[in-house]
Order: sequence, then structure tokens, then C-alpha cells
Amino acid sequence: MLMNLIVVLLMFVTVGAVIAIWTRDLLSAVIAMGVVGFTRTVVFVLLRAPDVAITQVVVEVLLLVILIRSAVRREVHTVEGGRSVPGAALAVAFVAVMLVLGVIAIRELDPFGWPLEKRAPDAPAITYVERGLEDTGSGNIVTAVLLDYRGYDTLGEATVLFTAIVGAVALLRRECRRTPHGRVGD
Amino acid sequence: MEELATEERDGMSLIVGTVTHWVCAFIMLYGLYIAAYGHLTPGGGFAGGVILACGFMLMMLAFGKKRLGKSLSLGRASVLDCFGALFFWLLAAAGILLGGGILFKNFLPHGERLRLWSAGIIPLCNAAIALKVMASLVLVLGALSALRVTAGGKDGEFVTDIEE
Repeated sequence: MLMNLIVVLLMFVTVGAVIAIWTRDLLSAVIAMGVVGFTRTVVFVLLRAPDVAITQVVVEVLLLVILIRSAVRREVHTVEGGRSVPGAALAVAFVAVMLVLGVIAIRELDPFGWPLEKRAPDAPAITYVERGLEDTGSGNIVTAVLLDYRGYDTLGEATVLFTAIVGAVALLRRECRRTPHGRVGD
Repeated sequence: MEELATEERDGMSLIVGTVTHWVCAFIMLYGLYIAAYGHLTPGGGFAGGVILACGFMLMMLAFGKKRLGKSLSLGRASVLDCFGALFFWLLAAAGILLGGGILFKNFLPHGERLRLWSAGIIPLCNAAIALKVMASLVLVLGALSALRVTAGGKDGEFVTDIEE
């Protein structure tokens, strides 16, 4: 029952993604992006991953407003220009190949909802679940993994975010467009 | 009333502004809750920081960019961003000095289980991440929505240009 619901929701996600690419109206594309994101939030809630669902929904809200404010300008509403046929054919071929590979890979996996521990009794995940509260003192096992067992990953992720923001701000501020001979933009 | 009229031109209507006054406090409170209770309930520093940034975004949409610059200017946001990143790095590196040579050694006492003040450095890490994510997203918001950023502030800090 749950799986059928999730399959329906994922088909909804696919339709939204296709519409986001296909439509020429920028606002419609952003709204279709929102459909993709919020439907994925519902899927995460159904799969009992509240941490991911909270992050997904708040990032989606922020992203949609930034996109509407900055990408959808008042003057530019639609995408102009024709579509490139070889490019579209290449994209379709790429998606088809990835789909076939994905189906093959999923057949090799354990069934959905079948924990890895049943096949590998010495997997680290078992240690995390059993000793997480004792080792780290954190009741939320996700935080225990993120900030204690796998703290290096979080540190690297925070550094990547920091570097990206520094680059974005350096590029987007006005001063960078000023040369000794005057502003480049004007 | 004149002040309201000038505000109106920059942001949205009086109704939106009044509602935002009320809602914004709750959004900020929820963000702080998500970040502070990250080691007990779902959520964490990243989600809490994004919610706090959403509060600032709502403020910017309702009252205009000028108000956002007043409450959290881009120069101050970049300082907060760097401070959060540095704080997180220091917490991780403190394990080398205090915890026996590895990063992310939880050197503080764990305290009573499932309490707000527990789990050693994890709440501090969450706070640092929340600060960092909030400041960097406000920076992105300001830089993308107010693409005109000029060097007009004090001490070389850049402020958003209101003219569009």
C-alpha cells in the first residue's frame, strides 16, 4: 500500500520534472520545480525520514523564492529560441541508458525496507544504532552520525558551502566589475 | 503615515507587513528550536539555519531590501558567516588539543541523557552550523535579489543599493 503510494508520488515527481524542462514560461518552470521538491518531501515523510524531510522542505521554500525573485525578471517571461534536436536526442538517449542501468542495479539490491544488517552482521550501522546514545550522548541518531561518527564529512560539507558562498559573493558584488579604467558593466 | 507610504513603495502592503511582524517571530523561534534541539529531535544546524534565513527572506519580501540591510546588513552577514565557519573548525580542531589527537573528539562531558544540555560539543556544532548557514543564505539572497551592490558602507563594507 505504502509502496504503491510512493510509486504514484514518484511518477508525479517525474511529470513535474519533465514539465519544468519542457515549458517555455519561466514561472511555470519554477512552479513545476516546486512540485518536484514538495512531492519529494512527502515521500521522505512516508519513508520515515523526518530529518531529510525538514531540510528538503525549508531548502525548497527558500530556493523557490530566490528563483522567483532573481531568475524570473519582469521583462523576461519566456525562454526564446528553438530547441536543438541533436541535443534533445542525446539527452533522451542518456536518460534511457541510465534508466536501464538503474533497473539492473535495483534488481541486484536487497528488497526495499530490508536492512543491510541482515546480510552483513558486522556493518558499522549496527554499531551506530546500538551504541549511538551511549557514545555521543545524542538522542537523535542522525545527528550522532553527522556530528560525531562522520564529523569529517560534515566539516568538509560546511567548508564546501563556505567556499561556494565566498565565490558567489565575490562574483555578484559590484566592485568586482570595476577595473582601474572604470566599470566594466557600464 | 508618511513613513508607511514610503515603506509601502519599497515592500508590500500594510496588511502583509503587519502579518509578517507576527509570523516572523514564530519562524525565527522555530528555526532556533530546530537548531538547538538538533541532538534530540529531527532537524539540526543546517535545517535550523535555513529556517532562520527564511525569516530574513520574509522580512525582505514584506518590507523591502532596506529593512533587511537594517536588521542584517550584508557586511555583518559575511562576518557572521566567517565566524560560524571558524567556530565549527575550532570545535573540530579542539579535539586535537583536548581530546587526544583526533578531530571531532567529543571532549565535553555528555551530561544527563536526552536533556537540552547534553551530548558534549554536538549542540555547539549545531549552533555554529546554524549561524553559518543562516548568514551565507542571507548573503546569497541579498546578492541575488539586489544585484546592485556598491562599496558605499563604512569601513569598506558593501551595502545593497536600493535604486533599481
